[in-house]
Amino acid sequence: MKTTLRYLVLTVGAVVFAYPFLWMIAGSFKPEMEITGFGLWSPNFSLHAYDMVLGKIPLGRAFLNSCIVSGATTASVVLFGSMVGYALARLRFLGSKAVFTLLLFTMMVPFQLVLIPQYILMVKLGLTDTYIGMIAPTMMSAFSIILFRQFFMAIPQGFIDAARLDGAGDLTILFRVIWPLSRPVIITVAILTFMTSWNEVLWPMLVVRERTLMTMPQIVTIFTIGGESEAHLGSLLAAATLLALPVIAAYAFFQRYFIESMASSGIKG
Amino acid sequence: MFGVCHHCAGGCRAGTACADRDDRGVEQVSTVSTRQTWKSRFGDRSGYGMVLPYAIFFLVFVAYPLAFSLLLVFHRWNIVTPMEWIGLKNFSRLFQDPLFYASLWNTLVFLLLHIPAQVIVALGFALLLNGRLRGRGFFRAIYFLPVVVSGVVVTILWQQLYAYDNGLLNGMLTAIGLGRVPWLVDPHVAMPAIAVMATWKNVGIYIVLFLAGLQTIPTEVYDAASVDGASPFRQFRHITLPMLQPTMIVIVVLSTIGGFSLFIEPYVLTGGGPMQSTLSGMLYIYNQGFYFNHMGYAATLGFVYAVIILLIVLVQRRVLGKEEAA
Repeated sequence: MKTTLRYLVLTVGAVVFAYPFLWMIAGSFKPEMEITGFGLWSPNFSLHAYDMVLGKIPLGRAFLNSCIVSGATTASVVLFGSMVGYALARLRFLGSKAVFTLLLFTMMVPFQLVLIPQYILMVKLGLTDTYIGMIAPTMMSAFSIILFRQFFMAIPQGFIDAARLDGAGDLTILFRVIWPLSRPVIITVAILTFMTSWNEVLWPMLVVRERTLMTMPQIVTIFTIGGESEAHLGSLLAAATLLALPVIAAYAFFQRYFIESMASSGIKG
Repeated sequence: MFGVCHHCAGGCRAGTACADRDDRGVEQVSTVSTRQTWKSRFGDRSGYGMVLPYAIFFLVFVAYPLAFSLLLVFHRWNIVTPMEWIGLKNFSRLFQDPLFYASLWNTLVFLLLHIPAQVIVALGFALLLNGRLRGRGFFRAIYFLPVVVSGVVVTILWQQLYAYDNGLLNGMLTAIGLGRVPWLVDPHVAMPAIAVMATWKNVGIYIVLFLAGLQTIPTEVYDAASVDGASPFRQFRHITLPMLQPTMIVIVVLSTIGGFSLFIEPYVLTGGGPMQSTLSGMLYIYNQGFYFNHMGYAATLGFVYAVIILLIVLVQRRVLGKEEAA
């Protein structure tokens, strides 16, 4: 009895969390008149709404832009983050403690404080309407560096000693010895960074006004509020579906890692 | 004044036994030559090379913006014309600005609804999912789904749920014989409606965090309590809740910081209306900076908000205790 009740509540919860997405996907294929009902099925499914969205906004291009921005951000955060993490965990040099203190300090700086000056910096450097303008401020993450440092500190010294005896330098040790041992932390940082970057709207909206450079969430936002959808609900749902599908697909594939990386870091997406 | 031992990356001091070799039974005294003056003074040169990209990044994207923001708050500036020094006028304007107070009030309303709702719902589901259960991974994965999806998608969805005439929520209300609710049109309902939406979007993270916290509580504690005749409620009150305290603090602090960055939801859903009731702090900074080009004033808003966030987080940590790991 108690177990039944438990499953009942959990199932109701699952419906509450999953049904809106199913409704959205189904709605994007329905004719306009049939969308505003609870049901999912329609005998009149068509691709009309997708034709409409793709005709109005360059979503293919936006998908490519999002891939470039999120891919470059993730690669940079993993590459530079692991380098700094390694230096702080495994090397001793004057000032390493100061760097660590600066990292902790950086994590405490609210985004509200640096938003305006960062934008002005982009204007001054002439980096508005460029990929670099979108990527640069997120190329490193204090939080990821600390995750890397934590993980690298637990790697047994023997591995590093052996590589040193073979004459390996620090970069070789990092990429050939430490990296292969650090798959969990690399996946964690990569997933968190990629997802945050893929879903980011505010920063691209500030630095990019050129439509051909816009990211997916950005262009869907503009489509939603800018009147281009002409209150056509089907095309809104189609745009939302196209924006959600890549992340949902990645999530379905890496589900375990997604949840673990969130749990281990406790960060908000 | 430390030397660098290559066996333990300098974890030992020159002239002492290198502790890292102990496990192999080879006690080795590190042999740092005093002639390597650069090295003995500064340590591993490669460390500097590896930290250098971050140092540049820090100077450009953290230190400079912080310093520049301190300069901006004393200026009037629209980016195009030269900056104009106006002393503390931005602050005096801010403290007389009804929209600043509205945005602060709205943000606090959002936090006061969102945080308790999040903690209660997340803890409830985590308790249901804890322990032996078939399909736990499946449920956890479903609850987590809204977390990974863009806030824009969630907002478009809830726009349809909240629609007045043919929205799903009002459809349900009329189906059971109740009246329609003007979800996004009534200034008293709009912010709570956004808080409900944000809870739906983010609660998956906190379910996972609570589940992780629950799993750290040893079952023996409950067994002992059962033997002593403690009811499930007393066990929850006196074992589960206290043991979850570190998780609770992380969740409250994270959702406070997250709540202050509330932007895309009101931006898309309501544009800050009706009657400024969903104008969040972040949205107001955005409007002042990028709609009106009031860079100095927007920076001042950001500055004051940052101080408020830090104060609130500081108070939360004091009240709730020290978090173990963030």
